[in-house]
Amino acid sequence: MLNTLLKLEHDKLGASFTEFGGWEMPVRYGSDIDEHHSVRNSCGLFDISHMAEIRVTGQAEEFLDYALISKLSEIENGRAKYTMICDDQGGIIDDLIVYRLDDDEFMIVANAGNQHQVVEALKTRLENFPDTRVVDESGLWSLIAMQGPKTKEVLGSLVDVDLTVLKYYSIATAVLDGKDVFLARTGYTGEDGFEIFVEGDPSGVWQLLLSQEGVSPCGLACRDTLRLEAGMPLYGHELNKDLTPFAANLGKVIRFDKPSFVGKDALEQQKHPKQKLFGLQGDGRRAARADYEIFLPGESDSIGMVTSGVLSPTLQVPIALALLNADAGLEIGSEVEADVRGTRIFYKVVELPFYKRGR
Amino acid sequence: MANPENLKYTKEHEWILIEDDIATVGITKYAADALGEIVYVDLPKVGSVAAHMKICGEIESTKSVGELYAPMDGEITGVNGALDQAPDQVNQDPFGDGWLIKIRYTSLPDLLSSTEYDALVGE
Repeated sequence: MLNTLLKLEHDKLGASFTEFGGWEMPVRYGSDIDEHHSVRNSCGLFDISHMAEIRVTGQAEEFLDYALISKLSEIENGRAKYTMICDDQGGIIDDLIVYRLDDDEFMIVANAGNQHQVVEALKTRLENFPDTRVVDESGLWSLIAMQGPKTKEVLGSLVDVDLTVLKYYSIATAVLDGKDVFLARTGYTGEDGFEIFVEGDPSGVWQLLLSQEGVSPCGLACRDTLRLEAGMPLYGHELNKDLTPFAANLGKVIRFDKPSFVGKDALEQQKHPKQKLFGLQGDGRRAARADYEIFLPGESDSIGMVTSGVLSPTLQVPIALALLNADAGLEIGSEVEADVRGTRIFYKVVELPFYKRGR
Repeated sequence: MANPENLKYTKEHEWILIEDDIATVGITKYAADALGEIVYVDLPKVGSVAAHMKICGEIESTKSVGELYAPMDGEITGVNGALDQAPDQVNQDPFGDGWLIKIRYTSLPDLLSSTEYDALVGE
């Protein structure tokens, strides 16, 4: 298993670890529910250095318009876009955030577990782009996410740039703890926050950020409950190679107005998938988990499965994302049942996200 | 936190306090830490039958579900009702206020001493 450069810092903080995407990552430092609330109410610090960073240079905008499903040529320098890389059958290889650093330069952040698949797929697609380079820089970068309503104020006092003018889904260079870093106003928690790209040893930056008032270290356990409350998909749960973006309700990410891109023909045929992702909310404290089956009330034939489920720390009710039959007649307010280890538990279909921050 | 010497243990990471014919049962700090923050505890009914190594309850954390095995034969004479409102007591005080059930036991299987349990979990 791989360790991030912050392993020693996590040990010092008494972290518990879990395997994730081939990495040994902090799952929690103390109580994952306290960590969850610290992100919703104050500021949480995450080591997400397991994520992959891939730099694309040269004829980069034409190449990415071909290799990915969105129109990257359309975004301005310093802006970011959520997108996906699909195979030629339209299956999702990974979901990505792509940052435009310059006219001819982009940085892609991919999931740790998909690093090699994404790099390989991109390199295979380079064939007609001789002047374009794809470089896996995952080994060069540490990534630290600082998330929560106090982040802008805390981080703003430590950097040489005005964070209030850095828009959501933007990226800028800055100096932090004497180091040149990228600050991106992106995240995976449903809160305002920043992701900080640090080259070389990130320990000093980590210690500086953690020493600020109101900042708590946070592990992957709360990252999962936070993103689920925010209705965000997790690769391997809501997204995989057997699903298209349409199944994940992310069809709008696809730009069919591009002349050609990998997966275009296949995706045009799959606009109405057999199963789609729904948000479910229950009551009580028992939560249906991933792979539990869902039924129409009183019925014995399963209409699909939970992909992620938890007792929501913020809402204090069970919530779940579930991949359910599109022809089951479900709409907002429909009742369904989850089989929770032999007991049927009521859920109803709700709008996503489950949680939205106040503006 | 050390595993208290006055308790007995099982390989399923439960602790048992024997007082006359009543056994109080909980899960160890090791098990509580491994589960993560506990959000829901499903315990058997008072008066129901406990059967050695049969599942008699569930302990859910944010990340996983653990099963509670009856460590011996007997009758359930008490459950920790306070955990309905404060399931995190199992994390906060696993060997005390986080106890789970009381069993009036009819027989006692072989149980581990604290030293043997320490060795099992590598402490």
